[in-house]
Amino acid sequence: MSTDPGVWIAAFLTMCILSFLYRDNPFYRFAEHLFIGVSAAYWAVYYYYNILQPNLIDPMFVQGQLLLIIPLALGVMMLTRLFPKVGWMSRWPLAFIVGTYAGYNLIIYLQSDALDQVTATLVSLVQVEAWQTLFQHPSFVNFLYAIGVPVVIMGVITGIIYFFFSKEHKGVFGGLAKIGIWFLMVAFGASFGYTVMARISLLIGRVYFLLHNWLQLI
Amino acid sequence: MKVLERLEKIDRRYVFILILLAVVIPLLFPINFKIEVSEPVAMLYRTVEELSPGSCVLFSFDYGPSTMPEVYPMNLALVRHCFSKDIKVIGIALWPEGVQFGNEAFRVAADEYGKEYGIDYINLGYKAGGVVVVSAAAEDIATTFPQDYTGRSIEEFPIMTEVKNFDNIDLIVSFSAGDPGTREYIRIAQGRYGKKVGTGVTAVSAPAFYPYLNAGQLQGLLGGMKGAAEYETLIQQSGLGTSGMDAQSIAHGLIIFFIVLANVFYIAGRRKK
Repeated sequence: MSTDPGVWIAAFLTMCILSFLYRDNPFYRFAEHLFIGVSAAYWAVYYYYNILQPNLIDPMFVQGQLLLIIPLALGVMMLTRLFPKVGWMSRWPLAFIVGTYAGYNLIIYLQSDALDQVTATLVSLVQVEAWQTLFQHPSFVNFLYAIGVPVVIMGVITGIIYFFFSKEHKGVFGGLAKIGIWFLMVAFGASFGYTVMARISLLIGRVYFLLHNWLQLI
Repeated sequence: MKVLERLEKIDRRYVFILILLAVVIPLLFPINFKIEVSEPVAMLYRTVEELSPGSCVLFSFDYGPSTMPEVYPMNLALVRHCFSKDIKVIGIALWPEGVQFGNEAFRVAADEYGKEYGIDYINLGYKAGGVVVVSAAAEDIATTFPQDYTGRSIEEFPIMTEVKNFDNIDLIVSFSAGDPGTREYIRIAQGRYGKKVGTGVTAVSAPAFYPYLNAGQLQGLLGGMKGAAEYETLIQQSGLGTSGMDAQSIAHGLIIFFIVLANVFYIAGRRKK
């Protein structure tokens, strides 16, 4: 067993949190409140020393960069949300943030999430090399690679058709929309599978900590 | 039918106990299931392998304690791989908590490979701003990160003498648990500067990055603990990723069993009505 008090505290708090799986109890409540309190204090201190001090306080009051009074004023105006009578002032910095962010990201998003993604679907429907590999080394994986591009293109088209609501989903159009739903379902299934994997990984991480760092059984 | 009804009303805490056992037992008594390496992981491995000794990579530690079991093992595996090939590593963080995990990975791997801080690797710490930080660092690292995480000027460190901006970086890998993270590097470093970008992400967010991989915007993708285990297999150094794979496989098998069982109950119950 570990002799490190920090490890013992971490192990105790881990079990307090896990005890919620049995039912709500004072140990869980204690750990939950402790976590919220410590987090709030940690982030308050962290933001002061890592964001406010190096980006505003030091440059303005030590180095004399007086132009920084503008972001300081915008920051103070944001806090007026706490006072209903002058809360309208917070709309100005908010508008500044929304405008700047939208303008900054518009071109970047267009390139990486629209144009590059569209380009990726503008490929030859028949991947000659992949089919050659399939015939030379027949396997399920090579088969999947060979049909990969047509499947992606079909998924893109039918997925877009499903989200096209200006025409009733009937006949051929409705059939294609239904195929689009299947693609969406497969995507949601894959996402759910990955989510389960992530949650189990977190449990493994905690159990590994208890068995390795605390009990030193492994 | 009585058995079905009783099972339908079973206390869910029994399920929790079974999942816990499915995780604890394989950790105590490893089975060592074979780990198959998937193509997205192999792609990133090959990209690092193709770098020559003395090359410089940028690692971005964009995760925190809540995702440590998934992301830290891949972070450590990549650092080990780079050090084994004498590749220089510059670390930055878009998440404040990422700094200490980056340091821990550097400490472990540097001990193993005899690497020296400031010469073979450096941690420039955290900078708030996400996409703006990536954009600024791409133009001038020294202006964006004038000091390392301890507050020492980066001019003091030999590793930074030849690295001015992203032009001097051969590969960027973001270990990311959300935003800001990999997307910022895809959009700025890859999209604007054409740099090679790889990533290690949490399993939850992995499906969202496959389109970028298929489009050639990513050089490789490690998804969750499984991705870490695969990378550990490739570099032949087992870690938490490999240790967790038996437990992960058995827990997944159990969950699949529960899903099938629940559907059987559902269908049986519907027929009864």
